[in-house]
Amino acid sequence: MGLATRIIPCLDVDEGRVVKGVKFVDIRDAGDPVAVAKRYDQQMADEITFLDITASSSARDTMIDVVREVAAEVFIPLTVGGGIREIDDIHRLLLAGADKVSINTAAIVRPDLVTEASQYFGAQCIVVAIDAKRCGNHWEVFTHGGRKTTGIDAREWSVEMARRGAGEILLTSMDRDGTKDGFDLELTRTISDAVPIPVIASGGVGTLEHLAQGVLTGGADAVLAASIFHFGEYTIREAKTHMSERGIEVNL
Amino acid sequence: MHRIVVVDLGTGNLHSVAKAFEKVAPCAEVEVTSDLLRLEKADRVVLPGQGAIGSWFKALDERQLRNPVLSVLSSKPVLGICVGMQALFNRSEEDGGCEGLGLFDGEVHRFCRSVDRRPQLKVPHMGWNNVRQSSDHPVWRGIPQDSRFYFVHSYYALATESSSVAATSDYGGEFVSAIARANIFAVQFHPEKSHEQGLKLLENFVCWDGDA
Repeated sequence: MGLATRIIPCLDVDEGRVVKGVKFVDIRDAGDPVAVAKRYDQQMADEITFLDITASSSARDTMIDVVREVAAEVFIPLTVGGGIREIDDIHRLLLAGADKVSINTAAIVRPDLVTEASQYFGAQCIVVAIDAKRCGNHWEVFTHGGRKTTGIDAREWSVEMARRGAGEILLTSMDRDGTKDGFDLELTRTISDAVPIPVIASGGVGTLEHLAQGVLTGGADAVLAASIFHFGEYTIREAKTHMSERGIEVNL
Repeated sequence: MHRIVVVDLGTGNLHSVAKAFEKVAPCAEVEVTSDLLRLEKADRVVLPGQGAIGSWFKALDERQLRNPVLSVLSSKPVLGICVGMQALFNRSEEDGGCEGLGLFDGEVHRFCRSVDRRPQLKVPHMGWNNVRQSSDHPVWRGIPQDSRFYFVHSYYALATESSSVAATSDYGGEFVSAIARANIFAVQFHPEKSHEQGLKLLENFVCWDGDA
């Protein structure tokens, strides 16, 4: 009984199509965001996150249509990240049916965006995404997929973002992302202890035990993963069963 | 045919509320509007809300909807969601203190983020939590006791009249997650985001005649 730890599958979307090889054998069109989201909904995902990786700004509106279509069929919370620059971008996504937006680079370029967005729409729909990489004895905030450092300390940045009204931190370890070696638990614990808002751990999940460790050792309030779910290695339900066996409260 | 109006106060994601009703009541006419005439013609009304309660009341007054909404609250089946539930109480401590509509006795408080607490109580309360039904209301029909629903809020309600409490939940202590009286049913969680049980609740609301 009580609040359950959330398990969140993340989908990369490019010009309206799911990419990075989602391979559900029984879905005819694995690139269709609606079909994939429905599958995760059936598996009892607690939320779904879409990351818009569309490079051309002219194709950006496609994401609005994707959100609208998914929101008409899937009745769990939807978060959308990628390419959000201003208040109007957020407004359009929320109107289309997104419940939260995830802001990354724009928060670094103009931190006031987080303050304004939180005041305008409420902290509950503002997620700040932080890409962190270990530098000596601390972690720094990186941009451009981990290629460029900002020189900002990740712990200080997460505290600052919470103070400005972020409702949640999506924390990705750029050292672990794509490695399948598990979350950076030390990073996760550091940030989770530093902020009064929920922290979603991301980056590096290769096994179900990694998910459990993110919560038990890292202190994460939610765990996000992509490839272990997309390739059909594990279902969300299997992940929840494992976490439950490890004594974690889940929504099964 | 049912005419359902989702009151549009310009905040949050109302698309999902409307879509969820279209899903459970395909024959119903679902409108997201702040138009007075539409509100009058509706046979049931949804009072949603996200964000700060001060902005919610400001939007209500800017659209001159306070009296029409009060009138609806005394006459038609109404479903309050999130801030749409909190607004029904006497008072909220959000936004430096804010008077509510006063239809239910009780107050709305902020979850306490105590730094000394381990593990820390994270605010907002965000995610799937159990809902313990404390009344046998038609809107709960077919929904198992202690089912989980999706919550996202930083303020919670405490009612002073226990007869109006339809459900409670626990997050660092017990709070009111649903209230009901006569034609009003209101919930702190988001049924439109709560998967099967959430849709079931909305379906029950559509079928409910407004008698508790």
